[in-house]
Amino acid sequence: MSTLSQRPADPIVGERHHHESAFGHVTGSALYTDDLVGRLTGVLHAHPVQSTTAHARLNSLDVAPAYEVPGVVRVITASDIPGVNDQGVKHDEPMLPTDEIMFFGQPLAWVLAEDLEAAKEGAAAVVADVDELPSLVSVRDAIAANSYHGQELTIDKGEADAAFADAAHVFEGEFEFAGQEHFYLETQACLAHVDENEQIFIQSSTQHPTETQDIVSHVLGVPAHEVTVQCLRMGGGFGGKEMQPHGYAALAALGAKLTGRPVRLRLSRTLDITMTGKRHGFHSSWKIGFTEDGKILALDATLTADGGWSLDLSEPVLTRAMCHIDNAYWVPNIRVTGRIAKCNKTSQTAFRGFGGPQGMLVMEDILGRVAPQLGLSARELRRRNFYTEGQDTPYYQPVRHPDRIDACWDQLISESDLEARELEIEAFNAGHEHIKRGLAITPVKFGISFNLTAFNQGGALVLVYKDGSVLVTHGGTEMGQGLHQKMLQVAATTLGVPLSTVRLAPTRTDKVPNTSATAASSGSDLNGGAVKNACDQILDRLRQVAAGLLGAPAHEVSIDRGIVSALSSPKTVTWEELINTAYFQRIQLSASGFYRTEGLHWNLAQMRGEPFKYFAYGTAAAEVEVNRFDGSYRLRRVDIVHDVGDSLSPLIDVGQIEGGFVQGAGWLTLEDLRWDESDRPSRGRLATQAASTYKIPSFSETPDVFNVSLLDKAHEEGAVYGSKAVGEPPLMLAFSVREALREAVSAFGPAGTSVELASPATPEAVFWAIEDVRRAEPGAATSATEGQRVPS
Amino acid sequence: MSTAATDLATAEVTINGTVTRFDGPPHTNALDFLRGQGLTAAKEGCAEGECGACAILVARPDASGGTRWTSINSCLLPAAALDGGEIVTAEGLADGGTAHPVQEEMAVRGGSQCGYCTPGFISSMAAEYYRPERAAEAACEPGDDGDHHCGPNGFDLHSLSGNLCRCTGYRPIRDAAFALGQPSAEDALAARRDRSAPAPVATDYRRADTATGKVGRYRRPATLAEAVEILAADPDVTVVAGATDWGVEVNIKGARAKNLLAVDRLPEMRGIRRTADHIELGAAHTLSELERELAGDIPLLGKLFPQFASRLIRNGATIGGNLGTGSPIGDTPPALLALEAELVLSSVRGDRVVALADYFTGYRQTVRETDELITAIRIPLPLSPLTSFQKIAKRRFDDISSVAIGYAVDVTDGVVRKARIGLGGVAATPLRATATEALLEGRPWSLETVHAAAETLAGEGTPMDDHRASAKYRTAMLRSSLERFFAEQLGQPAVTGQEVK
Repeated sequence: MSTLSQRPADPIVGERHHHESAFGHVTGSALYTDDLVGRLTGVLHAHPVQSTTAHARLNSLDVAPAYEVPGVVRVITASDIPGVNDQGVKHDEPMLPTDEIMFFGQPLAWVLAEDLEAAKEGAAAVVADVDELPSLVSVRDAIAANSYHGQELTIDKGEADAAFADAAHVFEGEFEFAGQEHFYLETQACLAHVDENEQIFIQSSTQHPTETQDIVSHVLGVPAHEVTVQCLRMGGGFGGKEMQPHGYAALAALGAKLTGRPVRLRLSRTLDITMTGKRHGFHSSWKIGFTEDGKILALDATLTADGGWSLDLSEPVLTRAMCHIDNAYWVPNIRVTGRIAKCNKTSQTAFRGFGGPQGMLVMEDILGRVAPQLGLSARELRRRNFYTEGQDTPYYQPVRHPDRIDACWDQLISESDLEARELEIEAFNAGHEHIKRGLAITPVKFGISFNLTAFNQGGALVLVYKDGSVLVTHGGTEMGQGLHQKMLQVAATTLGVPLSTVRLAPTRTDKVPNTSATAASSGSDLNGGAVKNACDQILDRLRQVAAGLLGAPAHEVSIDRGIVSALSSPKTVTWEELINTAYFQRIQLSASGFYRTEGLHWNLAQMRGEPFKYFAYGTAAAEVEVNRFDGSYRLRRVDIVHDVGDSLSPLIDVGQIEGGFVQGAGWLTLEDLRWDESDRPSRGRLATQAASTYKIPSFSETPDVFNVSLLDKAHEEGAVYGSKAVGEPPLMLAFSVREALREAVSAFGPAGTSVELASPATPEAVFWAIEDVRRAEPGAATSATEGQRVPS
Repeated sequence: MSTAATDLATAEVTINGTVTRFDGPPHTNALDFLRGQGLTAAKEGCAEGECGACAILVARPDASGGTRWTSINSCLLPAAALDGGEIVTAEGLADGGTAHPVQEEMAVRGGSQCGYCTPGFISSMAAEYYRPERAAEAACEPGDDGDHHCGPNGFDLHSLSGNLCRCTGYRPIRDAAFALGQPSAEDALAARRDRSAPAPVATDYRRADTATGKVGRYRRPATLAEAVEILAADPDVTVVAGATDWGVEVNIKGARAKNLLAVDRLPEMRGIRRTADHIELGAAHTLSELERELAGDIPLLGKLFPQFASRLIRNGATIGGNLGTGSPIGDTPPALLALEAELVLSSVRGDRVVALADYFTGYRQTVRETDELITAIRIPLPLSPLTSFQKIAKRRFDDISSVAIGYAVDVTDGVVRKARIGLGGVAATPLRATATEALLEGRPWSLETVHAAAETLAGEGTPMDDHRASAKYRTAMLRSSLERFFAEQLGQPAVTGQEVK
């Protein structure tokens, strides 16, 4: 065990605690960015002028009519930007357009007014003179037009072409699947003002305060030390507040600079859906070869991410997709080509899983489709291809602890009574003509760390006051995932004080600088390492003080829940006494902590290296019931075994697993982004741009029975107190729902029918899949499948 | 104008026990009003009544004469509509430093993650906590019949169908709901149920809109006679009841009426009246009230109600309002068409009765004259014994239908004597499937008949492609509908609502 991962006796990490703000949430006293507006006076409200065309030349904007509207104070256009007109990190994302409109709904200008009503009217009065240009709306449009961002990326390991020649079975196909709207309940929001010292202070609902600060800084053309960003908490982020908040924060800050008044910018739901990036939809084409006994021999795949109008985070998303196409399966010969389609839509961005789900979906879809054609159950086909000890990934990283894939799988089969239920379902299906049930089990292997090595660093500031109370600030942001609760438990464990002794302050860039995004599931690993480091520094100093008080050697000193003792001493003192003594001995009672993940390296050009500190594993089994009359279905039961290492906070971790699972199920079954691909003037407009048309899971989508277990014996020595990241991996457990639907659909046809299923598998999509299999010949692929056996 | 209505420059509402004045622009919704008061627990998540983050508790009259704490989407409700009312927010539920039992269970069980939706959940959960019938239902077998999903404490999860959470996956919220006990003897909100709800006050609220400077007006007359007089005098009046549709127009489409006429509290339009040859439903009765007070007396409506939007919407939306909007997919028309419902239209010229089948004339067009109000819906008796309501949608709770089909069929001695089929979502208006009805009547009620009629039903209507469903799917739903209905009548499970062991 490493010192990082080792827990003291009687640790507070591992205890079950509710979210640190839970009572604030339920009583309404927990505040979000937009709840702060009433605390300032003279606030201006911002509303955008949105484009009504997908692609156009912007000739001019006539803003004069906006000033005719009573209450309008200022209209902001590109020409007002004193610094760099760019809200991204790739210099391809103008905050406000100067000459070219890139998507339907793009903000062209912003109106600031005394109230929102006036800002809206002012925005409606602005006249844009544009010449429409041809637009690319779908990923297929972009592929046909050869319209891409940046360079192609390639993973190439082994001898794929030669292996196909040796394969007993070769299949090929295409699969296009949809993206996902984040639909955080709290839309993008920020509130900026300039203080008496010209310091710009921005309250922002952001996962990445440092980058918000950076972009405000370069848009305004001021150094970073003039800009402070604070995030109290977010009403959900899911990756949608990693890059997306920056432009809004910069606009509000610019407005505050220009007018001298606080500026509030909060997007309505429709503004948010029509302007912000989403999970990337992908197009994939693939060819896969198997041995006679169903082992994968080779895979050749092309992944095209639907990137939208600018690069945003598409490159790292694509990288992660390519690095996760293997999921939990050993693919000895593999070639994966990745590219980013450029088209006239919102700029797609980070979303929980960050490309990983998209890469893995391609593989899980392949296995679900071809299993019947290989004469194997999908369960058996998956199991046969799991990684084993000594094998490495397509990017040459050894897979550590592959036995945990089996351990999760076996524990789940046993706990969920899976084999008996398979027989029950067979009997049920034989006795029911109109409804069928399906059960599927799928694995997850997900790499933890930012692919880009530099981001794998975290910082913290721990202050111990003279009375013994402790205040912790760290670089991570709280979006509901319980990071702050975990950090409280880490600090209390390391210092040896009761949980109530420690308090957490909101995330601010003037407390902890140069932080990474709270993203990539890395919040606890990076900030936990930094909080522990700061606490360890203080503890080292305190041990010397305690040694004097107790008359024992410093290395014997132990502090447990506020009681300081040493093995060879009969005395004990309290934490408060110790701190008081330390203060009078002029011992520094604060520390700045830092952590970097060791051992990572990554070569993007070669797509090769060890980008991940470790892998998180999990397995889920889902049972569904499908109605053939309309394709509707119900999630009857879900069982999960997930590897969170030694859990820092089990109630929080189980919450992440359940929530991630249901969000993944939403992506795969229900959530349906529909852009207007017609040639009408509304071409490029998102048709599902409100809660009434874009449906996220409600109570009716939660499983009737939902059992979650944490994997036993799961210590991870590369992370703080033996834990593992949990934010993203569980989302991909939801593949089990999609595969269960496939099983149920298959039951409507002759035995051994291969099923092609669209994604999202909405009731309509399931209905058409059922119609296909009901017409299928025994043992054949359905007429709709594109997977075909190629003579080998 | 009315002489009975009091001219008011402000409206008064009791919020968490404190009388508060509203004097903002007339289009202000209750949510923005509350937030402007510093009560920021209720949040805006969607501004169209879909997510429930804005839910608050409103004291509404109960059929028994007491008060029912009713969870309402504050984003859809005009603030002026609260005049004379009494509300409680999540802030008000907590008693000083002590969390309410609903808040306690939600907090300690991990029912909140980001917490943004939580105060809205708390409101809906508290309303269900105080539902007077819950104690009796706690004795029933817990389970899920598709229409209700009750825990061992009688808590019906459908009460949370209008609240969305993006973080938790709902399991801990379900556990919190099912862990609740009964209100204690000292619980002030429980005691409040035994006293009558605030009586409707006559309101005439007039204010300048700050941006436009135009004057807006919200009027709630005391009687139906005044209401129809106002309508006759001013054809530009916008009639609102529960405002669940109007609120969306205001928030999302920027609609600003200069003259709102609220009819939701008119005593003449409330309640259920039963005669020998029909049951008359007051047009201003909410769907929740009808669901509760009909108690299954009209089985087809009993099947419809749990599938209509969400509990939060049904608590505000009225049956008359659902017909007044003239939507081609409003969920009540397919059922009401199958029931051969009639509408009572009232004006200063008197009342007239129109068959619902003759009411719709085109996309959001009806035979209602601008000076007429829908005051009641009559369901003729006797009712046909075989009924079904099929709602096809992406999501089971709280979604808009792609297709909705209502059946009311009389089969005697194995022969279809009468068939009435109402369709929604397949044409510019809801319509009766008259060709299918004619084909079925006189034929034996058999799978052969069902198959013979399938193509006829598939050909009724002119469905379109949209983001909810393709035209082809809508047609397929019509084609499979009769077989599904037939399978249901044979007791073959055709809906996916079975209980899990």
